[in-house]
Amino acid sequence: MNIERLIAMANDISHYFAAEPDKAAGAASVADHLKRFWEPGMRRQIVAHLHAGGEGLEPLTKVAIERLAQIDPKAMS
Amino acid sequence: MLSIVDIDRGTPAVKSDTVVTLEIDGRSIQVPEGTSVMRAAAQAGINIPKLCATDMLEAFGSCRLCLVEIDGRKGYPASCTTPVAAGMKVSTQTQKLAEIRRGVMELYISDHPLDCLTCPANGHCELQDMAGVVGLREVRYGYEGANHVFAKDKQGEANPHFVAKDESNPYFTFDPSKCIVCSRCVRACDEVQGTFALTIQGRGFESKVSASQDNRFLDSECVSCGACVQACPTATLSEKSLIDRGQAEHSVVTTCAYCGVGCSFRAEMKGEEIVRMVPNKDGHANHGHSCVKGRFAIGYATHPDRINVPMIRQKISDPWRIVSWEEAIAHVASEFKRLQAAYGKFSIGGITSSRCTNEETYLVQKLVRAGFGNNNVDTCARVCHSPTGYGLKSTLGESAGTQDFDSIEHADVVLVIGANPTDAHPVFGSQMKQRLRAGAKLIVIDPRRIDLVRTPHIKADYHLKLRPGTNVAVLDTLAHVIVAEGLVDEAFVAARCEPAAFEKWRALVAQEKYSPEAMEAETGVPAELVRGAARLYATGGNAAIYYGLGVTEHSQGSTAVMAIANLAMATGNIGREGVGVNPLRGQNNVQGSCDMGSFPHEFTGYRHVGDASVRGSFEDAWGVRLHDEPGLRIPNMFEAALDGSFKGLYIEGEDIAQSDPNTQHVTAALQALECVVVQDLFLNETAKFAHVFLPGSSFLEKDGTFVNAERRVSRVRKVMEPKGRYADWEVTQLLANAMGYPMNYTHPSQIMDEIARLTPTFHGISFDKIDQLGSVQWPCNEQHPEGTPVMHVGEFVRGKGRFMLTEYVPTSEKVNAEHPLILTTGRILSQYNVGAQTRRTANVMWHDEDRLEIHPHDAEERGIKEDDWVGIESRAGQTVLRARVSERMQPGVVYTTFHFPGSGANVITTENSDWATNCPEYKVTAVQVTRVSQPSEWQKRYQAFSNEQQALLDAAETP
Repeated sequence: MNIERLIAMANDISHYFAAEPDKAAGAASVADHLKRFWEPGMRRQIVAHLHAGGEGLEPLTKVAIERLAQIDPKAMS
Repeated sequence: MLSIVDIDRGTPAVKSDTVVTLEIDGRSIQVPEGTSVMRAAAQAGINIPKLCATDMLEAFGSCRLCLVEIDGRKGYPASCTTPVAAGMKVSTQTQKLAEIRRGVMELYISDHPLDCLTCPANGHCELQDMAGVVGLREVRYGYEGANHVFAKDKQGEANPHFVAKDESNPYFTFDPSKCIVCSRCVRACDEVQGTFALTIQGRGFESKVSASQDNRFLDSECVSCGACVQACPTATLSEKSLIDRGQAEHSVVTTCAYCGVGCSFRAEMKGEEIVRMVPNKDGHANHGHSCVKGRFAIGYATHPDRINVPMIRQKISDPWRIVSWEEAIAHVASEFKRLQAAYGKFSIGGITSSRCTNEETYLVQKLVRAGFGNNNVDTCARVCHSPTGYGLKSTLGESAGTQDFDSIEHADVVLVIGANPTDAHPVFGSQMKQRLRAGAKLIVIDPRRIDLVRTPHIKADYHLKLRPGTNVAVLDTLAHVIVAEGLVDEAFVAARCEPAAFEKWRALVAQEKYSPEAMEAETGVPAELVRGAARLYATGGNAAIYYGLGVTEHSQGSTAVMAIANLAMATGNIGREGVGVNPLRGQNNVQGSCDMGSFPHEFTGYRHVGDASVRGSFEDAWGVRLHDEPGLRIPNMFEAALDGSFKGLYIEGEDIAQSDPNTQHVTAALQALECVVVQDLFLNETAKFAHVFLPGSSFLEKDGTFVNAERRVSRVRKVMEPKGRYADWEVTQLLANAMGYPMNYTHPSQIMDEIARLTPTFHGISFDKIDQLGSVQWPCNEQHPEGTPVMHVGEFVRGKGRFMLTEYVPTSEKVNAEHPLILTTGRILSQYNVGAQTRRTANVMWHDEDRLEIHPHDAEERGIKEDDWVGIESRAGQTVLRARVSERMQPGVVYTTFHFPGSGANVITTENSDWATNCPEYKVTAVQVTRVSQPSEWQKRYQAFSNEQQALLDAAETP
């Protein structure tokens, strides 16, 4: 899928959870949201993009996707 | 004319805990206090003659036919205006009453045409009935004197009292020569619809009904709801369809297939032909009212444009080939199997329809999950109310509105945000207007001056005319005032909500940046208005929030829904009558299609596909292993189509090529698919890109259920055979069987039984239960056997209510020098959604093109005058519409509707979407507007493509 679109969508999600005072909890919520609502192929693509440098991903989004990679085996395969 | 089966008790039912006993014609009768003598008699089967009284209206007391004698009272009081009293003794039939009534009827008939046998109301005319009842045998006055009946007198001179028939309205005629000036039409327009388009003009013998300032009906303020036509006791106001076809011989109760109000109707039938649709007085959502769409705009169902034969083609540049059902279904199954073999199990998917029944929607998602073996199923709620599902589930615990419509009768403050009920949900809009006229306060939060802001006898106490895209900012400022001024219902929050989440939310909205003063520059709303509105909402008594797509269709749509739920929780306005959070759903079955598991991540009843025990219950019932991961959402499907991983799509009753944002992106995706299957009534915009067309069936052609905005499950009943041979559920079943996944339902009730078995909130629902109760609101189960009008009573569905954080994040769609205006989109009364239905009815007489509404200041700056052609350009595309210069707009904001495909409203809208659900940001697009002299390039291409597709349809070959 168009990676630009996925980057924008992931950043949109982290913009919402950025309000969470506990940053780790905010990142975990972003990761959980991606896991619950994104089709696995999209998750794989965004994790791969992060691991290729993650251009365009905002800091909280990066932390969240790293966490997604840890909790979600399907995003890594 | 009233429905052919309704019994009219003369005056409305009265609610009272006090019961009064009285005697009528020697019989002892018990009725609630406040009931009229007329209604009390009717309840005992004693029919007092009447003309100006009907139980859809308050008593008026003008016809003097319903007079009675009451022991100990002087004279002959009108039974319609006389309330019962304990111990009252009433006589309805005496010699004196008979003489008076005959005298009254004699006067009426002396000024009424005697063409009963050829009159459309013959046999159901109340005047005719009363002439019979009172025993009228002669009219001593003759017919030659002053009258309203004859165009000319015997000398050939024009009769100054005569007014010719007005046939301007496409759906009904007004024949003043038959009018008895009972005022029922005038009162219906006032009491039922609340438009005040009709009045009695003149006095005494000069009195006559007139629309607006003696206009033709079509040119008047009349909104063609038809309440006056229903109320008319004679043939003065008559449906044209009744005049053409004659009276019905049977009537079937069914549910309207237009908006999310879900009105109950009696389809009055002659065999398989509809004579007219009459709103059902016993309908729980509409109580006998309707709008111009539901009552009149049903001609689409029998329109010649309907395609009733299956068709296939290899390429979209090929002519269509008409094939048998067997060949069409075999072709689809073979193509879908080929695609899955070549590109994998996940390369195909389906879209369920919010216009189809629950049973049909359920079958499509079952076909995708069990038959295709993936979760690539979505529904058009994706582009309208998906944020409602997410936002209300997160905060309250259930993805649905909290009240029934009647709850508004107990509301003291009504807050309407991002909704325009008098246009988009007209029947509920009328109920809301009644409550507002009875004294409830009104807060409107909308960028436009919608009708509710100022309409006869209603004026909003506050209109927060915000800039599009700042909903969350405004809601946060309201929350700020409530928190800062100590207006939180601390006891409610402490008892009912999660304390930690509440404290986090309180800290967030208490920040100075969310004070109305600090946000004024961003939202455009004067701070004192925000403070006033917040105080009114928090302290004005029962406060209810009603919202629509103006809340959800934003980049922060889900955040706004949560902000609304937060406000209701913080002020304790939830969990009883008169309060709550009420999403006004767009299409008839949006709530139902969501309930039925149409979203790619959840099964019926909003349960995630990753939940092993839920998934297990479906695996057991369906006999297959099911995928445990979310599938593609509609916009993801487009992206996947463009990258080549998604190849086949089964679309039931949805027109994504017109309704979804960034049209050129959507059509590019459709063209990238190898097999597009469209099941619809018409060759809609999406079908122009299809390889297979399967005929759909209208709501009149099948049995099933719809769920309206109040979670109300109502029956849809078949009144005619499917024009294309199969109901939609049967087509899906044929397809499933051809794909190798067996389905063997013989009636939709069996599908509902399966839904009920598998869905806790539907456990108690069956066709029998609905038939018995009329309708039922889910949750309906062991705990709530008769359904649930108000949710979250005592406890939230999720246990404790959870305040969610609602930081305002401005949209990335910003105005700049290139695109200095904001375009926002919406609907109007006479048209519905993409217009596929209403454009094929006479409703086009009210709206035959989409216009660009622009404020006079913005228009003048650009040299634009009313009716000029204007180009609207965004970063996504360009289109051309005619201008309507209007002060309803605020400077800097332009508006259009999307009812006509050639308008290209969605050529302009962008791919921006809600962060949580990908619901498109239809309501905010930065644009430039300029005067132009010709259609846009897109429109020229669209017209050429459409013409070509029409030619390919016309050239459809029969084997």
